[in-house]
Amino acid sequence: MWVDTVVQGVLLGGLYALFATGLSLIFGVMRLVNLAHGDFSILAAFIAVVVVQTLELNPLMTLVLVVPIMAAIGYGLQRLALNRLLGRGILPAVLVTFGLSIVIQNGLLETFSADSRRLNAGGIETASVALGGGLAVGAFPLLTFAVAVLLLVGLQLLIGRSAIGRAFRAASDDGVTARLMGVDPDRLYGLAMALSLAIVAVAGIFLGIRTTFTFSSGPDRLLFAFEAVIIGGLGSLWGTLAGGVILGVAQTAGARLSPGWGVLTGHLVFLAVLLLRPSGLFAKSRRVD
Amino acid sequence: MRAGATVRVARTTAASRAGAGGAALVVAGLSALPLTGDAGLMRAIVEFITLLVLAQMWNLLAGYAGLVSIGQQAYIGLGGYALIVLADDCGVNPFLAVPLAGVVAAGFALPTAALVFRFRDAYFAVGTWAVAEVYRLLVANTDALGRGTGRTLKAVFPLARETRELVTYAIAVAVGVAAVVAVYLYLRSRLGLGLMAVRDSEPASASLGVDVFRTKLAVYVVAAFGTGTTGALLYLNLLRISPDAAFSINWTAYTIFIVVIGGLGTLEGPIVGALVFFLLRRLLADYGAWYMILLGTLAVLVMMRYPQGLWGLVAERWDLHFFPVQRRVQR
Repeated sequence: MWVDTVVQGVLLGGLYALFATGLSLIFGVMRLVNLAHGDFSILAAFIAVVVVQTLELNPLMTLVLVVPIMAAIGYGLQRLALNRLLGRGILPAVLVTFGLSIVIQNGLLETFSADSRRLNAGGIETASVALGGGLAVGAFPLLTFAVAVLLLVGLQLLIGRSAIGRAFRAASDDGVTARLMGVDPDRLYGLAMALSLAIVAVAGIFLGIRTTFTFSSGPDRLLFAFEAVIIGGLGSLWGTLAGGVILGVAQTAGARLSPGWGVLTGHLVFLAVLLLRPSGLFAKSRRVD
Repeated sequence: MRAGATVRVARTTAASRAGAGGAALVVAGLSALPLTGDAGLMRAIVEFITLLVLAQMWNLLAGYAGLVSIGQQAYIGLGGYALIVLADDCGVNPFLAVPLAGVVAAGFALPTAALVFRFRDAYFAVGTWAVAEVYRLLVANTDALGRGTGRTLKAVFPLARETRELVTYAIAVAVGVAAVVAVYLYLRSRLGLGLMAVRDSEPASASLGVDVFRTKLAVYVVAAFGTGTTGALLYLNLLRISPDAAFSINWTAYTIFIVVIGGLGTLEGPIVGALVFFLLRRLLADYGAWYMILLGTLAVLVMMRYPQGLWGLVAERWDLHFFPVQRRVQR
């Protein structure tokens, strides 16, 4: 049933939007692409595994601990390392975050072995909600989508209305002038990375409840996040959600046609958008740079 | 320019003559090595050359053209599969199929470039990675290529192991020497000068008449040829190919760590880096993933503190360039 496939894809897109938002945020603020973005989400999921085991919490409750931990890691990483690379061109930041990606993956492999894991949230993964007309959707995918939309609304308000959001936008438009106006870019970039990893921690834990993951699940998350951002168009949060939804629908539809074609169909749709509309479907500006 | 001033542009230095002499000695040594019949050493050298060529090709892209690709594993996989298809399905001599596999990889690089060249800078990096995944998944979904389980190179089965290893060694030495010499000559040529101009400033080089797009495209295709040939060489040695192994991001991770540690944007850097990498791999063979953690950390620290790499430190300290591609003005 195709309606079912599309609904599932849309809900999956909510999860991808969560991954994509953090990536898009730091690119917007400081023109940095964090190649370890996906690996940080898997790191968060593994930290949640440890918290669940030691404190016997429901995985959803671990958010209270894991989100601040990841935010702190992000802040420290940006202030101690990545800030020193900004202004040295694009290459150092790309290579350092790629190195981090490999270090995190192999660190997880040494610590947690190559076994696949899953976060058990006590039944919500299998519960479903009837939508009428014989259509039912998983309760958990629905919750994920709702959380993604709420986070995007929150982020939109933060960026549009708050002082820190104004500073983000100022730094994004013109870092030098923002500094003249009293914005401390080092601290600001630290906060942006903290926010980015906090969001990706939520994404990682929701991913871990939804499906199994291993130490090497990170790179795929990075690629899906990247594809959602590009499909949606740079600089548009709702475009990112739409990009995530298009990618999610492409993947579920592809997987329905043939089991091996899910992820591949997503990639091909991404390439098609890139070829036909290089600046994305919902970009605010028409220029990709 | 003031009339009467004598300006001479030097391309050759004492160090570059020493470099050429040293390189000639190394090549002579490598050519004579099969006489000793030390098969273990020959295998180690093939392994080393593979790493070196991958590093030189990536260095050409990232260090000289400013194209930071994280998707070069695409061409290792394409080269490896092309070898098996050419040798087993088309009946081409498996040794002749190695350079032909490089041509196949270069053929795939053209349409790939049409896509990934739409990205700039950091987005180019992720874009190339995504395209490499597309190739992996396409191969993994193709029956004729053995889907996820992959295939075995059968064409070399009738040959004696010694013959295969000896010819593989000879091809490896030839590929290694050709790669270093070709990159050196390319960078010293007019085209190389244009390439470095494009890396340093696209608008400025375009205004001086350099065709930016064609310059970058040429380098991308050349790097795909070199990487594809190396992929074929790898699987001529390994015999067994699977999509997950051949299109693994680890190939690119090794390559990047070698170039970053050795020194990006120099010809000596990848050689130094490949030596460091190769020795560490031998030393830490029993420690599994710790080896990649150590190398990754080392690469991150080098990039943070000494972005010019190990060779860059030496070159800076003593102004030493065994393979100079720059022009020096002398009076």
